[in-house]
Amino acid sequence: MIDPLTARPDRPGPIAGRAALAKLAAALLIALPLVLSIDVVSASVALLLEIPLLLLAGLGAREFWTRTAVLWIAAPLGAVTIALYGATSGTIHLEWFVIRISDGSLALAAATAVRVLAIGLPAVVLFVTVDPTDLADGLAQRVRLPARFVVGALAGMRMLGLLTEDWRALALARRARGVADQGRVRRALGMAFALFVLAIRRGSSLATAMEARGFGGTGPRSWARESTWDRRDTLLVIVAAIIPAIAIAVAVLTGAWNFILGPTA
Amino acid sequence: MTSPTTPATLEAHGWGWRYATRLRWAVREVDLRIEPGERVLLLGASGSGKSTLLQGFGGVLGGADEGETHGALRVDGRAPTEARGRVGMVLQDPDTQTILARVGDDVAFGCENLGVPREEIWPRVRQALDAVELDVALDRSTAALSGGQKQRLALAGVLAMRPGAILLDEPTANLDPQGVADVRDAVSAALDATGATLVVIEHRIDIWLPLVTRVIVLGADPAGTVVLADGTPEQVLGARGAELAASGVWVPGHPPVVPPAPAQRPGETLIEARGLTVARRRGLAIAGPFDLDVRAGEVVGVTGPNGAGKSTLGLTLAGLIPAESGSVTALPALASDEKADPFRWSSRALLTRIATVLQTPEHQLLATTVRDELSVGPRALRLSAEEIATRTDELLARLRLASVADANPYTLSGGEKRRLTVAAALATRPRMLVLDEPTFGQDATTWAELVGLIARLRDEGTAVVAISHDEAVLDALHARRVVVGR
Repeated sequence: MIDPLTARPDRPGPIAGRAALAKLAAALLIALPLVLSIDVVSASVALLLEIPLLLLAGLGAREFWTRTAVLWIAAPLGAVTIALYGATSGTIHLEWFVIRISDGSLALAAATAVRVLAIGLPAVVLFVTVDPTDLADGLAQRVRLPARFVVGALAGMRMLGLLTEDWRALALARRARGVADQGRVRRALGMAFALFVLAIRRGSSLATAMEARGFGGTGPRSWARESTWDRRDTLLVIVAAIIPAIAIAVAVLTGAWNFILGPTA
Repeated sequence: MTSPTTPATLEAHGWGWRYATRLRWAVREVDLRIEPGERVLLLGASGSGKSTLLQGFGGVLGGADEGETHGALRVDGRAPTEARGRVGMVLQDPDTQTILARVGDDVAFGCENLGVPREEIWPRVRQALDAVELDVALDRSTAALSGGQKQRLALAGVLAMRPGAILLDEPTANLDPQGVADVRDAVSAALDATGATLVVIEHRIDIWLPLVTRVIVLGADPAGTVVLADGTPEQVLGARGAELAASGVWVPGHPPVVPPAPAQRPGETLIEARGLTVARRRGLAIAGPFDLDVRAGEVVGVTGPNGAGKSTLGLTLAGLIPAESGSVTALPALASDEKADPFRWSSRALLTRIATVLQTPEHQLLATTVRDELSVGPRALRLSAEEIATRTDELLARLRLASVADANPYTLSGGEKRRLTVAAALATRPRMLVLDEPTFGQDATTWAELVGLIARLRDEGTAVVAISHDEAVLDALHARRVVVGR
C-alpha cells in the first residue's frame, strides 16, 4: 500500500525501491514481445521465469491476490470462451449450435489463459509500487517529456480522489431529492454528466492555482527532486528484457512460435 | 524569514477585462496605485470585479482567447505575465490549492517553475514552512491535511517563491474559526518578515482589519469600475460602514439583522438517536456515540472543528447513510406509515419527511432551469401540475429567485445557488430539514436572508438540524447545541 500519511510506497524487497521509470520500462519490455504470438510455450516459459520477479516485488500475499484478482478471473473466462468459440482445427470433441470444441480451440484457450497471466501479473505487480511523483520526475527529467504535460497529468491525478467524493455526494443528493428510487441507468448518466461538469470546474481552478505559482511560463524549469537511476535499475530492465527473449527462443526452437502478424499456420 | 525580497508596486491604468464568454465587462476603466509594502483590503459588492482585478495582477487571467482587455496593469512597471514570481496568489478553495501529493514537493512547485536551482529550493521550502508554522514532515501527504493547513501550505508555496506582493482571494472563506486565525497569523508573520505588499479580498473584514493599512472599495457604475472609497481602515469604515454593510460586507459594528427568538416551545419529537456512532465508510466510525432528539419547531445546531464528523452525523440523521452502530428512529409523528429507520425509506418517502441541503450546491443541481429545479421534488411526489406551479411560484417569490426563474442553475451566483438549493428542499414541505453549512462563504446579505428563512421555518413547526462552525448563525437561530469533537 501507499502510506496515506506520506503518500510514499513503503515496501521490502529489491524491486519496490527501483526507479519508477525502470519499472515502467520493465513492464513494457515483458509485455510487448509476448503480445506478438499466441502459443502456449512462450507464455508458459515467461510465466515461470517471472515467478522470482513476482515474489520479490514487495507485495504481501494478501495484497498480491487482491490486486491481481481480476487477472485470475479474466484468464479462465477468456480461456473458456475461446475453447467454445475459437478457430476450429484438429479433432472436434463437442459440437452444439455455434459451440465447437476442437484440439485447435483448446490449444488456443490454454495459450490465451497463460498469456493473460504472463503479461498481466508483472505489469500489475510492478505498477502497484510505482509512486506517481517519481514516475513524473523520471518521465520529465530522463525521457525529457514536456514538463507541461507531465506535471499537468500528475496534478490532475490528484483530483481523482476528489471526484470519488463528488460521486458519492451526487448519489446522496439524488436520494435526498426523491429521484433515487428507479431509473438507475438514467440516473447514473445524469450523475456522470454532473461529475464531468464538476471535473472541468475543478480542473480549471487547479490550472489557475498552478499558474498563480508560475507554472506554464516560458523560462526554464528546475526540478526539486533529482530523478535517480543506478545500476540496479539497469539490472531490472535487463532482466525484464531477458525473460521474453528466452521465452521466444524456446518457443521458436520447439516450433510453437505463432507470430500473430505472420502467415497463419 | 531573512529574505532578499523587495516589495512590489501594483498599478492599474484605465484597465478593463471582459471574459470571452460574457458580454459584460467584469472590470472597466479602473485606475489605482498600490505602493510597495502597503497592506490593502479590497472590498466591493459581488459583481464589482474585485476578484478579476486580483487575478489580473496575479497574471492568471490568460491571453486573448480567454478575454478582451483594455488599458494596462503593471507590477513594478512590467506586465504581470512578464513579472512572473513577483506576485504570489492564494485562492479560496483549499482542495484546488494543493497541487502535488507531498507537502515538500507542493511548496517547491513554485520555485521549480521559476527555475530556482535545486540546492536553493529545499532551504527555501523549509523556511517557508517555518514561516507559516506548518510543522509537518516534508513527505507528509497533502491529502491528510485539514483545510486550514492546506491554505497555509498554499501560502508557504507562495512565500517560497519570494514574491514582492502577496494576493489573497477569500483565503479563509471555507475554514473553521481555528483555521481562519492560523492563516491570518501566518500571513501576518510572513509580511512582517518580508515587507511584501499585500492585497486581500474577504467578506469577513474583522479578520484582516488589525493587519491592513489601506481599504479600497470598488463599485460598478455605467461608466465602468469606480473606486468608491480609498483610505485608512478608520476613514473608509467610518464614512461608509453602513453602506458597505448594506452591500453585504461584514463591517464591525454593523451586524446583520437577526430574527426574534422562537415564540413557542419545541413541539413533538420527530427523530430519536440512541447510542449513535456515524461513519463515512462502513467500519470506520468517526464520531459518537450520540443520544439526541430532534423536535418540531426547534433548531439543533451541530458544531465542532473541520473534519470532526458533523456532516456525517447530519447525513445519518437525514436517512441518507446508515448508522454505524446505535439507532436512528423516526417516531410515528414523522414516520407515519413508514419503517422506523429513515435509511430504509425510499427516496420518495424522504421527500415529505426529511429534506437535506448539502454543502456544495453543485452536487444537488438536477435541472436546466431554476423553475424546473424547484419542481423536481413535487414531480417525484406526483403532485398535480397546478399544485407544482403554485408551490414553485411561491418559492421563487419567497427566496427572491423570480428574476432568474428561467436561468440555468449553474450560472447563478454563489448566494443564489445556495438559496435555490434550500428552496428546492422546501418544495416538498418536509417536516424536518437538515442543512449542512447553510451560510458557508456567504456575504452578510445572503447570510441574513438565510437565517431569517430558517427562523421562519422553525416558527412554522419545522424541525431544523443546522450543521455549522459559524457560532453567529446558531446564536441567531437560538439553536440547541450538539458539539462533535475529535
